[in-house]
Amino acid sequence: MDLRTGVAMFEPAEGLTRLVTFPFALLSYVGDDGYPVSAALDAEVDVETGTASFAPPAGLSVPLEREISLTGSHIRPRPGYGYDERRHVTVWGRAATVADGRLAMRATAAWGWDEASIPFPEYVERQVGQSRRYLARLSAELGRPVRPRLSLGWLTLRATRLPFLSATFIPVLVGLAIALLHFGPAFDLVAALLTLIGATAVHLGLNVANDVFDARLGADEKNVNPTQYSGGSRVIQYGLVSLRDMAFISIAMYAIAIGVGLVLLLTRFSLELLAIGAAGILLSFFYTAPPLKLVYRGLGEIVVGLGFGPIMLLGAYVVQSGGAVPLEPVIASIPIGLLVALILYVNEVPDRPADARAGKRTLPVRLSRPAVVNLYLGAALAAFAVIAVGVIVGVLPIPALVALLGLPLVRRVHEGLQRYYESPYGLMAIMAVNIRVHVVVGGLLLLAYVVVIALAALAPGVPLFLPDLLR
Amino acid sequence: MSWIPAPVQELIDAALVTEMTVVRADDRPITYPLIPLWDGEKVLMTSSILFSRKLEHLKDNPRVALSFSDPLALGGRPGRATVQGDARVVDGDPHTDWEQVLPLWAAKEPVILQFLKARVAFPLFFERSVVEVTPRRVLFWPDGDATRPPEVTEGAG
Repeated sequence: MDLRTGVAMFEPAEGLTRLVTFPFALLSYVGDDGYPVSAALDAEVDVETGTASFAPPAGLSVPLEREISLTGSHIRPRPGYGYDERRHVTVWGRAATVADGRLAMRATAAWGWDEASIPFPEYVERQVGQSRRYLARLSAELGRPVRPRLSLGWLTLRATRLPFLSATFIPVLVGLAIALLHFGPAFDLVAALLTLIGATAVHLGLNVANDVFDARLGADEKNVNPTQYSGGSRVIQYGLVSLRDMAFISIAMYAIAIGVGLVLLLTRFSLELLAIGAAGILLSFFYTAPPLKLVYRGLGEIVVGLGFGPIMLLGAYVVQSGGAVPLEPVIASIPIGLLVALILYVNEVPDRPADARAGKRTLPVRLSRPAVVNLYLGAALAAFAVIAVGVIVGVLPIPALVALLGLPLVRRVHEGLQRYYESPYGLMAIMAVNIRVHVVVGGLLLLAYVVVIALAALAPGVPLFLPDLLR
Repeated sequence: MSWIPAPVQELIDAALVTEMTVVRADDRPITYPLIPLWDGEKVLMTSSILFSRKLEHLKDNPRVALSFSDPLALGGRPGRATVQGDARVVDGDPHTDWEQVLPLWAAKEPVILQFLKARVAFPLFFERSVVEVTPRRVLFWPDGDATRPPEVTEGAG
């Protein structure tokens, strides 16, 4: 089957095989007056001989010198909703008179679509090139550019992948919460806000730069199974935003991030902050950008885990500490980094055919299916183990154990990965649950620190760490 | 008041899908399923720019045949009809032009209003052209049996 041109053409025999599954066929031809004619009839299909025969419809003159077609078409009405089970096929050929006045058409070409074999979202994605060609023709006809549009709000949300900002807010807020616990009245609220703004700008710059370089390197173009959570924002492929404008947005975001970083550095010079900030910006930029293209070299998961775990969390902490990096924020950053890396990791599962074609050597591209599924489980459990061990050895506060409530979600993702590994659209719900693992665990960890901060202020004698409790 | 026989108007109004046959540049017929919307005079359909090959064919040759033939899509009605006519593609602004037929569309496919709320997820699907077919001739098979000649009704002009 060739879908690249926007039409699902396939072999005539395949067309006849599909045609036989419909309860009737629609004969179509172009009449002598130039208008098409259609009539429903019963056709006998013989796939072996590559023909379909039928009694000519009464009162109509089926041409023998021109091509005709037989179409099968089906939908299932669903009152109050619309319909589903869409499928259709058309087979072309020339008719010839055979016995008993019947006509036989020898199949020469076929096309069609069956949403059971090509899901609608994939069919849509495969037609993006056709939409571009049509808009180019329409623009020429109208003498003005015609482009697809979205409102500014929706476009911003889509182009920057705004909902993924939870991956930034969680480590930064947890880092700030630990700093508030450690430094109390010395906590700098303005610096905390600047930290959040800078980290957000880096994340948005990364998201947009990722689209820019994936578009230039062809990875997003080759992906016909994007989902809500994978395959990039698609705004460049859909013609909603130009490559140049996306590049400008990315540069602007990085400029904001660097500006914020410089302000923080100037107000509290710290080599640790300089190192963390520089590492964060460089890792995020070279995530997809040449010459490093870290995600193309199989380092994407590690970079994301580091960037949205230790770098974000420790960066937020160091802004407040001025340089000191105790063990507590380091340990707290590990589960957050692991779980955010697993968001990327699971989202890469449906992308792996396109990523492989584009030379993107992600872990799901390199590993076997069982290895990918087992690695997910191992890494997710390790994240929870770090929290539990952190509490047991007295590095993390006891309320941090509440984050273990997210554990059942891991089981759902693990089972979903096994079940829908080959189904990009079946995986969509699983990807959503996997994002929830990160949000729930990170959110509960943050909540634990809020409780600890409140208890430390209101009831200073209450033991918050296990060694204090056992003492 | 349309010249189209009332039973055929009823079929068009009831149909969840019509098979629209157009003429390609190589004179081959090609058939596309679409949702037909009846405004009492013309048959209206919309097509996303994603599936715009049909629109290109129509701009090159506006002659079409619309078949109403699947009893399942016709609510169990046994009659079948083919409406031949001339199509006009309305696509001055694919972002908004089609919204004029949204009430008729939603009546046949209510879920489309839910999809429209999530327009951000399907931006190209909701860039659409309207296909407006002015009927010229109607072939009607009251019992759906094409082994009997159709009742033919010609439009004025």
